[in-house]
Amino acid sequence: MSFLSEIRAVFDRLAESAFAELKTGEALNLNLSGEDQTYVRFNDSKVRQATQVRQTTLSLTWQSSGRKVEYSYDLSGQQEWDLATLHSLMARARSEVRVLPEDPYLVPLENHGASDRHHAGRLPVDEEIMATIAGETAGTELTGFFASGPQFRANRNSAGQNHWFSTESAFLDYSLFTINASGENKAVKGLYAARDWNRDEFLAAVEASKNCLPLLRSATRPVAPGEYRVYLAPAAVSDIVGMFSWGAVSYNAWKKGDSALQRLIAGDARFSEQFSLRENFELGLTHRFNTLGELPPADLPIIERGQLKNLLVSSRSAKEYGVESNAADPAGWTGEYLRSAEVLPGELAEADVLQALGTGLYIGNLHYLNWSDVQSARITGMTRYACFWVEDGVPVAPIRDLRFDESLYRIFGSELEALTRESRLIPSVDTYYRRSLGGRKIPGALLQAFRFTL
Amino acid sequence: MNTTLALAAEFPEFDIQSALARIGSEADWIGLRYVQETTHRRSVRNGKPEDNSVTFERGVMVEARVDGQLAYAGTSDLSEKGLREATRQAVRLARISAPHKAMTFTDRHRPQAVGRYLSPHRAGLDTQSLGEFTDRLIAASRHLKVADKIVNATAEATLVETRLQYASTNGSDIDEQFLLVACNFGVTAQDGGVTQRRSLNGPVARCRQAGLEFFDFEALYAECERAGVQALELLAADDCPNETLDLVLAPDQMLLQIHESIGHPLELDRILGDERNYAGWSFVRPEDFGRLQYGSHLMNVTFDPTVEGQFASYAFDDCGHAASREHLIKDGLLLRGLGSLESQSRLGLPGVANFRAASWNRAPIDRMANINLEPGSGSLDDIVAAVERGVYMESNISWSIDDYRNKFQFGCEYARLIENGRFTQVLKNPNYRGVTVPFWQSLTRVGGTSEMFGTPYCGKGEPSQIIRVGHASPPCLFTGVEVFGGGL
Repeated sequence: MSFLSEIRAVFDRLAESAFAELKTGEALNLNLSGEDQTYVRFNDSKVRQATQVRQTTLSLTWQSSGRKVEYSYDLSGQQEWDLATLHSLMARARSEVRVLPEDPYLVPLENHGASDRHHAGRLPVDEEIMATIAGETAGTELTGFFASGPQFRANRNSAGQNHWFSTESAFLDYSLFTINASGENKAVKGLYAARDWNRDEFLAAVEASKNCLPLLRSATRPVAPGEYRVYLAPAAVSDIVGMFSWGAVSYNAWKKGDSALQRLIAGDARFSEQFSLRENFELGLTHRFNTLGELPPADLPIIERGQLKNLLVSSRSAKEYGVESNAADPAGWTGEYLRSAEVLPGELAEADVLQALGTGLYIGNLHYLNWSDVQSARITGMTRYACFWVEDGVPVAPIRDLRFDESLYRIFGSELEALTRESRLIPSVDTYYRRSLGGRKIPGALLQAFRFTL
Repeated sequence: MNTTLALAAEFPEFDIQSALARIGSEADWIGLRYVQETTHRRSVRNGKPEDNSVTFERGVMVEARVDGQLAYAGTSDLSEKGLREATRQAVRLARISAPHKAMTFTDRHRPQAVGRYLSPHRAGLDTQSLGEFTDRLIAASRHLKVADKIVNATAEATLVETRLQYASTNGSDIDEQFLLVACNFGVTAQDGGVTQRRSLNGPVARCRQAGLEFFDFEALYAECERAGVQALELLAADDCPNETLDLVLAPDQMLLQIHESIGHPLELDRILGDERNYAGWSFVRPEDFGRLQYGSHLMNVTFDPTVEGQFASYAFDDCGHAASREHLIKDGLLLRGLGSLESQSRLGLPGVANFRAASWNRAPIDRMANINLEPGSGSLDDIVAAVERGVYMESNISWSIDDYRNKFQFGCEYARLIENGRFTQVLKNPNYRGVTVPFWQSLTRVGGTSEMFGTPYCGKGEPSQIIRVGHASPPCLFTGVEVFGGGL
């Protein structure tokens, strides 16, 4: 029996046992998440740390008497122990809800149906991938991170819903470093991710990154803080779009006064007609069901041609504020965040980007973004990796990293000149606690002006 | 039934020495790190329950050394079969990665260590009922809501019980037990199109190793009311001016300044380039130790996991290296980096006992623990009195720094203008930016009394890890700093 089918059987047994134990008026929501991963980090094309992690976490949300408590624990794989723990936590839940106040925004559990999706993959053999990466990138100062293996998410509840999602995939997220004529470290960033790992495609991706190194070895062009025309490559735009998930598109955050889109919502500010943002689960990067087992729309416009169409509303927020839910996930760091975001493409051909930029800055990646003024939707952050000074459509030199401080209303509004026709699918490579799912589909963006401050 | 906050007793014991004796393997060396952690999150918002959750983590990280290479395998299957399988995986990974290893491991990277550690505390989680604790949080959220313009009032507590055991085939036997508490009390005030946030020292900056005695609710209620009032003051305040002038930072902002511009750049694994694909590199070069004047002569910074009750105190790091207090920077001169025994041998430089993993499912990496700016002399009033025109800032709200830890920009919740040695008006949206070494060289006053803060959320590593750090500092004065406010 494979790891995935084994864990699925375990989940079914635990769920059935738990649901059978419930008394009248009690309800239970179960979420399962886990992985069996090989993680290898590389420094200078050598293996720095190699780790195998097999982990499965069961989360249970208990509801009764208008109250709710939640627990989660690492499954051991030993049925007797896992069952005993589950029943022990259920007993604990019964006693906790007796002493907690009623939760007026509790969402009663419902049956939101069933789904079953598995994306099978063909993954590289660990021994071969280590030899390939170390061998083919020797001399490039490759530093990076390889992850490979199955991941799964599942949800069942006592009302009868039953969702399963699993996928097998691998990625290498890497940087190639070099020292340029000014004696400074320069790097280009790359990502190869696949369900069906193809050695030739992988090597071609690394080769394409290597081809950027000669330009990076040129002497640095000093660029003073100020406003410049810029082209933001898809990876850079993706980082900025990530900030929409820091409360900006959350209905709950807006009502709490924490949304960076307050001015857009109030009609005091606007985005460009070229800018459309949607939640698109058809990208296939993650499961559609949320932690309540609800199914959000497969395609939900957030901003359409510059106009706000929807904020993300969880059923809990819907109950609190008397509005309609669109099944946003209430869980996670901020809650009501974008899980599969897409910025719709524009008309600028990627091949014409440098010519359209003319003279200005090509920004390959950004780093360490944060709000600098939430009310103005202003973001600060740094340029990173392959960023170039471009003159008359020709990249002439790498730059030193610059700090920017700029508003979303300028980036995707008044200063947005064009979006590229081509988009990049950028899967999430986050690995806090466990490997993430999800990602974004993002075009590049040409801006008339972008503010650098330091 | 009296339901207390305690929960851990419901889970069985794990005998690590017995497990080590039974797994057997062909490895040259085996280490087991068992982590059991129970995290309680209790929060209320606007007087209503928001989060009542408990997370229970339990598993073992097996380390195996084969052909001079170490590799890791994490499992939550604690049966003999499960641990044998994890050991087999660790041995397999060590064997196949050995031809490509970045360094050669020996016993000196995993010294024999025996000892115990217990967080200081007076009141365990079994001394208070869940109902009473929840009532107190609800009361706190009501004290935060001092006016209708407070649209959100949050009171939350995180309580963590951790058991960390480490055993190895060369005789290590470590047992450390931690009781950790953190809290977040904050408000958002709104009036028309203006919104301002205020909290008690910034979100979750208040964190300690302590028991429930940490929560002095009567004192907290008064502080919550003050936070609510200050949020209303901010609604009516002018923006921080855009100007270069003197900057006084309160200890709850110094925590972030120390963390980002001292802690991270001094991590030896960053200097070695391990982190340059993700968290970043460092402007500090190996030859800078003993030579670089990092800041003014008033700058004295220690790595100190021995401070009683500070958030990241411990007796041993996760390779068995005994923890001790060390000066990183003395009189402004950079002396020592934050590097484990592994990084120390790779770089040939002295480090500290800071090899730490977030949980059983992650391998340890170089981490700051308690990084403290040692006190100087004088009070906050003395510092303010020395300022002709400046800004005083409290409580971090925004943080960003480049991958070499040079160009930073930080924002705070609350500021006051200083004119002619006295606080004058309240300022909203205060931010400042600078470059690490020139900034620390502009340090001209260090107060005489430190306050302890920290954060549970320091992120780093591939795979990524979130870990706890502690930072203590007095208020400090920096001269000639670029400050600015909000707006498009």
